[in-house]
Amino acid sequence: MCLNNKLSEGDKINLSDLIGTLDKTPSALIKTKKQLKNLQHNQSTLETPLTRKETEKIQREVAFEKTSKEVSRWQSVVLQNQKAEQLVFPLNQEPSGPKRIEHVVAGWKAQTPLEQEIFSLLRMNKQPLHDPVLTPTEEASLRAMSLEEAKIRRAELQKTRVLQSYYEAKAKRGKKIKSKKYHRVQKKVMRKEYLKQFDEMVKTDPAAALEELKKMELSRMKERMSLKHQNSGKWAKSKAIMAKYDDGARKAMQKQLEVNKDLTQKLVIPADEDEEDEEESAETLPDFVNDVEPILDQVNPWMRGKLSTEPMMEESNRLDPPVWPREVGKPGEGQDEQEEDEEQMEETEEESLLRGFEERRKLRQTEDKAEILEISDYDEEAVEISDDDEEAGLSNFTSLFHGLVNHMEPPADQPKAGPGLRQGESPALLEEGLVRVRTLEDVELLSQDISTSDTALLTTQILGTEETDTQSATQQADKKRKKMIDPNEVLTKEAKVIEMPLAPTAVEDVEDKEEQRVIIKEAFAGDDVVSDFLKDKRKQEEAGRPKVIDLTLPGWGEWGGLGLQPSRSKRKRFRVKVAPPPPRQDQKLPNIIIAEKRDSSIAAHQVCQLPFPFEKPIQFERTIRSPVGRTWNTQNAVQKITAPKVVTQLGAIIEPIAREDLIKDNRQAVTGPSINLESDQGPQKKRRSQQKKQHKRKKN
Amino acid sequence: RGMLSDSRVFDAYENRKSKSFIHIHAMKVKVLSRNPDDYVRETKLDIQRVPRNYDPSLHPFEVPREYTRALNATKLERVFAKPFLASLDGHRDGVNCMAKHPKSLSTMLSGSCDGEVVWNLTKRECVRTLQAHEGFVRGMVVRFCGTSFFTVGDDKTIKQWKMETPGYGEEEEPLNTILGKSVFTSIDHHQKEGVFVTCGQQVDIWDEQRSSPIRSFSWGVDSFSCVRFNPVETELLASCASDRSIVLYDMREATPLKKVIMNMRSNTLCWNPMEAYNFTCSNEDYNLYTYDMRYLDRPFTVHMDHVSAVLDVDYSPTGKEFVSASFDKTIRIFPKDSGHSRDVYHTKRMQHVISIKWSSDNKYILSASDEMNIRLWKANAAEKLGLLAPREKAAVNYSQKLKEKFQHHPQICRISRHRHLPKSIYSQTKELRVMKEARRRKERNVRKHSKPGSMPVVTEKEKHVVTVVK
Repeated sequence: MCLNNKLSEGDKINLSDLIGTLDKTPSALIKTKKQLKNLQHNQSTLETPLTRKETEKIQREVAFEKTSKEVSRWQSVVLQNQKAEQLVFPLNQEPSGPKRIEHVVAGWKAQTPLEQEIFSLLRMNKQPLHDPVLTPTEEASLRAMSLEEAKIRRAELQKTRVLQSYYEAKAKRGKKIKSKKYHRVQKKVMRKEYLKQFDEMVKTDPAAALEELKKMELSRMKERMSLKHQNSGKWAKSKAIMAKYDDGARKAMQKQLEVNKDLTQKLVIPADEDEEDEEESAETLPDFVNDVEPILDQVNPWMRGKLSTEPMMEESNRLDPPVWPREVGKPGEGQDEQEEDEEQMEETEEESLLRGFEERRKLRQTEDKAEILEISDYDEEAVEISDDDEEAGLSNFTSLFHGLVNHMEPPADQPKAGPGLRQGESPALLEEGLVRVRTLEDVELLSQDISTSDTALLTTQILGTEETDTQSATQQADKKRKKMIDPNEVLTKEAKVIEMPLAPTAVEDVEDKEEQRVIIKEAFAGDDVVSDFLKDKRKQEEAGRPKVIDLTLPGWGEWGGLGLQPSRSKRKRFRVKVAPPPPRQDQKLPNIIIAEKRDSSIAAHQVCQLPFPFEKPIQFERTIRSPVGRTWNTQNAVQKITAPKVVTQLGAIIEPIAREDLIKDNRQAVTGPSINLESDQGPQKKRRSQQKKQHKRKKN
Repeated sequence: RGMLSDSRVFDAYENRKSKSFIHIHAMKVKVLSRNPDDYVRETKLDIQRVPRNYDPSLHPFEVPREYTRALNATKLERVFAKPFLASLDGHRDGVNCMAKHPKSLSTMLSGSCDGEVVWNLTKRECVRTLQAHEGFVRGMVVRFCGTSFFTVGDDKTIKQWKMETPGYGEEEEPLNTILGKSVFTSIDHHQKEGVFVTCGQQVDIWDEQRSSPIRSFSWGVDSFSCVRFNPVETELLASCASDRSIVLYDMREATPLKKVIMNMRSNTLCWNPMEAYNFTCSNEDYNLYTYDMRYLDRPFTVHMDHVSAVLDVDYSPTGKEFVSASFDKTIRIFPKDSGHSRDVYHTKRMQHVISIKWSSDNKYILSASDEMNIRLWKANAAEKLGLLAPREKAAVNYSQKLKEKFQHHPQICRISRHRHLPKSIYSQTKELRVMKEARRRKERNVRKHSKPGSMPVVTEKEKHVVTVVK
């Protein structure tokens, strides 16, 4: 009433107004009218509603579906808990230990100007202030590499570092060895290795091989520029004087020249196939730029025109003291030695420069006069050593080159083999592998070489040849070694035996059986099964017979030592004869072997049936075989192995798993094992492994 | 050892001296030198450094040695297996029900056939006695907050009591009393809300603030023996009815969800506190059945071993095991997925065990029996109670692992499985075994002599379920 009154006071509402609103929407009116009409026309009755029982049944089914779906969300959590190696109850434990400062002072704000300044600085440098303890860059890096990856990577690095240190230590040891022979042998080995490697490289990585070749070319140029091996040094002069009377000196000089020739021989880089012809020509036509004038005297190197022939060159190559290929890198090479070498080299170079070509020519002219100059052996040696390094390095290349020329095929094949292999393996990995293999092989080869060289030494001593002839002796030794190469020694790796599954043989028909029998008979015609069986039985009998136990200890109550036997009486006294065993069960059964290994007293302790979860005896045996205790495992391992499956805290109430856990678990499952840096505060499932991971991540 | 290390240090010193001496004579002698840091401890309080060589060749016979250790550990376990801790006596009638305190481990409530008592477990003494109902106390439950508890009795009332003892001069009065229409047989409280559920003629859901139920479920049954809230999915309920059925409910729905009818009546049931959809019910047919509530057509494990009706069951708070009380005067502990019990507890004087609870720290079991006593047991019979030193703990873990490793070996298996049983139970077990074997043999023979396919093989699991009613 009151409301009506109020309305009447303002503006009155008439029926016409209501109709007016209807007029504005005529379409709706028409629609309702139509519907009313339809209803009037429709004469069919409505279906009777379902009985209460049926509706309830439907309701129940729907409700059950709903709840079972709801409950099924727990499935993953339940499974996870079942599989968890360790469950720690109560589940929603707060992590013990000190909390991080950010969590303790969450609501704290910078107030003093100093604090504000510090925070502004931090903010400017994008340092973390509160919750994300890491800077954005750090987080990005964390995201880039997972913990597992990082671990693997670190392990790899550690391994390589360790390998390197081993190698360095080894090299240091090697460096300290003063034996010249040892070093010579070593160098030879290295050279061989290098050659092999180069061959590999030619096949696998032609680009790198080309570079090597270029280096060779560079060394050749250097050699051409220098006066080394040109028999112009002091030593060479002295040798030249001696040459007339001493065959060894002559040979040494000859060798020098050969070295020079090797080094200055032109290498043609097989860039294109078109150039192959040229290469051949280069090989056939050695470079004679620096050669001495041709004199046809076989004995005197100075009189010889051709400096070397093919076989001789090879021999010289073999004789050359092997050197570390510089390019490959000699990690442990002490610098001291190198420096010394270089000093000496400089001396020789100075000398040679001083003398120059003229002196050499002069020498050649005055050769016949043969003034005898006394030069100490020591000097000679020094020169040799000084030359050693570089010369060997250079000869290395030349020998390599020859190897290349010998195998003309590989360069041609390069483009085919190259890319495929390169795709497969990264160069870094390859290198690592090589390093390791080399170290192993080194050791073996070294021991071989030492032994052979030792024998060589012995032979030389026996023969009573002079020091100057040692080279030839080693040559002999080399030849011997060549003959004695045994594949088992050379191949350190055992050949892989590939076990092929036997192809399923078709089941033969009954008709074939006869044939088969015949075939089997034929196949086993030579075998005497009966005698084999008898032999077997005898063997078993023998094994079953008790053995006399000898408990004599030499040196007790009498003298002991090498070649001394304890006295007879003592031996007799301490020999324990065991009573004969009961007669075998199969003693009187000629065609039966009854195994008597089974010990009934032990059998009571043995598992006779394969326990349930295992499918094969091997699996079960494996679980038994690995010991658990501290005697066999480290402390940490034992702790890990013996960790109990369920851990409860003393006096703590374990509450039922909460729904929040499910939500959290699901969220984790969705996001995956992301790096969770925030410590878990709310109730959360805590598996030991997870916790550990998180801790580690925190540390990281 | 200290002496030894000292002498070593002295040796080292001597060596150094002799070295210098040697230097003068330009002689070369190789000397063994050790870093004292490797074997000398920093302070007396440190543990002695024991260098170890793990080379397996130095420690032969690992398997036989560990086997012997395992055997010894198993024997020792049996030697120390003394599960009985205490008996709480004071009731003047059989104890009918018990309740755990959700917030305090040391507090426990028990209701007898004539009244009820609150116990303090650490002192093993009765703290408070009150006459709650006339006649039996049928059920009791502590509110989730631990400040009050509810009881139902034969006098058709639900009473709410304060947990605190009334002060001097105050009268022992219930906070709240609800008069029902019929006898209530069981009560349970919601995990988080002020809602509780009772059962009797029907299942009623009550709000604490109201005097009439907010919802009632009945499904053609007129008597329920037990009702339990799901502790995980807190809106779910399950009840055991006298028509041999187990009924599932959802508090939010208007109707029950599903019903499974078994061969015999289930007495009580208990939800697994760690697995939302699993529950175990104790049955009159001597067995317990663990169901997945989504697949009620067959239990996923049948737990056998009792020789009489199983009266009560309670899960361990870890959800890995449960304990059952039986009319055969024993308590048995079952792993949740194993068909047979891992342990059986009994005492000469313990009669039919009516109620059982597993303490919420997973360490103890409480059993209430006919002969007016409540007994406190260890959950693991051979476990040492109290704080363990780290080395003790390590030793326990190690022996546990060894036992697990060699569990299939016949001797160890035999010793660890061996339990002494009262003669009556032993003979009954044997008898049951014979009966079962006979039934099996007969069935086999019938199958052999009937048309192939006409006698389908029914598994043990399927045998006990009659129907599932939707």
